[in-house]
Amino acid sequence: MEKMKYMNPYLAGFFLGLVLLAAFYFSAEGLGGSGAPKRLVVGAVEAVAPNHAYNNEFYNSYTQNGERNPLSNWVVVQVVGLLAGGFLSGTFSGRLKLVTEHSPKITAKRRLYMALIGGILFGIGSQFGRGCTSGAALSGMAVFSAAGYLTLIAIFGTAFIVGKFVKKLWI
Amino acid sequence: MGPLVKMGEIAAGWDFVIAFIIGIFFGIVMEQAGFSSSKKITGWIYGYDFTVIRVFFTAAIVAMIGLVFMQYLGWINFGELFINPSYIWSILLGGALMGAGFAIGGFCPGTSIAAAAIGKIDAMVFVLGIMIGVFIFAEGFPIWDDLYTAANHGPLLITDLLGISKGVWTFIFILIAFATFWGTAALRKKYAHKELDYNN
Repeated sequence: MEKMKYMNPYLAGFFLGLVLLAAFYFSAEGLGGSGAPKRLVVGAVEAVAPNHAYNNEFYNSYTQNGERNPLSNWVVVQVVGLLAGGFLSGTFSGRLKLVTEHSPKITAKRRLYMALIGGILFGIGSQFGRGCTSGAALSGMAVFSAAGYLTLIAIFGTAFIVGKFVKKLWI
Repeated sequence: MGPLVKMGEIAAGWDFVIAFIIGIFFGIVMEQAGFSSSKKITGWIYGYDFTVIRVFFTAAIVAMIGLVFMQYLGWINFGELFINPSYIWSILLGGALMGAGFAIGGFCPGTSIAAAAIGKIDAMVFVLGIMIGVFIFAEGFPIWDDLYTAANHGPLLITDLLGISKGVWTFIFILIAFATFWGTAALRKKYAHKELDYNN
């Protein structure tokens, strides 16, 4: 199947804004990407070492000494939908392909190491930031939250600066 | 009046069904926008592709205008919406770590999940990294507990901080966004030649 072009960014932004608005209108929640991986980790730690999870204030805030299932949550279900939606879109546009996408200037192996490091940094950062680019920055900006704008500036500002030092990874 | 589930106009049991449907549209839009490719996502840093900034700012404008009108028409109770609290130091540290992760890893959590869904192995590894990062944060939580909860200004609104109405801030933000769109179009012309052929 021929690969199709990406959508016009302003049109995509318009639709993303509508999806975000719908999330607020129905459920009072914004969109989020980091909440589900976080709750998966909490759920896994609770399953393997319940006592350890109950004694740690961070895990316990999601498990309530085992009284609450950390995976039974809006953002987790939303991310399952996100996976399904991404898959549907990729199928429709002929972009389903198992591949390690990387710049010709680096090897696939190097790309994977960097993806892992980037993911770890994002995992830690999204906890301190209490949400990620979607959950804290975009959703926060839409509801006029000062935290949303501060998160936006911190993420994009640092990415721009760090980007200058890791140019070889991309171009 | 919205938010429908919280205001009891839709039974709570529908909340997850709605979450799933909204997630599907979220995924479709992100994948269609090209956020399933780290090449497109990092383009704005080097000036060859500004999709991220265009999509992001347009979405914020649409949602803000929508919320302002919905509040004006009495369709939504703004006070029931989740406003993320301003823990200043934690946000700055978290934002800096996320920014570094963005430049090095080429994704953010939402985009990595959309990219993993179409088979990008680098995105799957990024998602694994997120979980390792959460685990590190959680295990070390007693160490940074104080920093995590320091300088909390609560659910502070930028409009209260600046002493202006939501409509005025929306207007200012639209001006900022349009100036950015115009600027990125100019930069794109200058740096477009930098784009390399990736193996996707």
